[in-house]
Amino acid sequence: MRLEYFQMIDSVVAFDAAAGTIHCRAIVPERSPVFEGHFPGYPIMPGVLLIETMAQASGYLILGLNELSRMPFFMGVKKAKFRKFIQPGATLDVHASLVHEGSGFTVTNARIEQDGPVCDAELTLRIMDFPAAELRGELVKRAEAIGLVPGAAPITEAT
Amino acid sequence: MSSTFDIVADVISETSEIPREKITPEMHAIDDLGIDSLDFLDIVFALDKKFGIKIPLEQWTQEVNAGKASVEEYFLLKNLCAHIDELIAKKNA
Repeated sequence: MRLEYFQMIDSVVAFDAAAGTIHCRAIVPERSPVFEGHFPGYPIMPGVLLIETMAQASGYLILGLNELSRMPFFMGVKKAKFRKFIQPGATLDVHASLVHEGSGFTVTNARIEQDGPVCDAELTLRIMDFPAAELRGELVKRAEAIGLVPGAAPITEAT
Repeated sequence: MSSTFDIVADVISETSEIPREKITPEMHAIDDLGIDSLDFLDIVFALDKKFGIKIPLEQWTQEVNAGKASVEEYFLLKNLCAHIDELIAKKNA
């Protein structure tokens, strides 16, 4: 994880296009300015960054399914629950699964585990054309770097 | 068996916390009920699941934005229900 750059996902452990699931890994850095404020003397991962981590795993799931043809943007979170504190240096297993593939939006269930449940939520992502070619280019590079191999079953529109 | 409108109105009421009795077929989802785009996505998600269809919201939005269809065509509740019925019929065909 590079918290200051919002790079939450370090690697893709497994991506299953047919099942609509992804398993990612994220290693919380030992040091970050984030921990200086959250909290002094008791550094733990902010809940919003755990949500962002689940959103990014969901995003890579969708990018894998649509073969990086359209961009998922995080737009809603429901039923978020935080079950334990996460300290610097922790290795997180981040899972996301496709719940619904709508027209221009996708709903996922996501969860983070570290020796048991850490947090979970239902996320909604809007699916749009890439607003900038540069963004797609960077995401293609990032997907390759984390080991995401886009699969079959691209997301298609209803007729 | 509930009509399409009854189901749609129930979903809108549950999702947007609008009293069920205030929702009528002649109402406009945006202008009359004040449903915003994010809430409408929640409604579409619930309706997709309820009816086992995929409401082509993106296509409808593009048509409205391009001036090819009026907002009422898709967001007046009675029209929305008619489109849902068409989608259900297409699914069952």
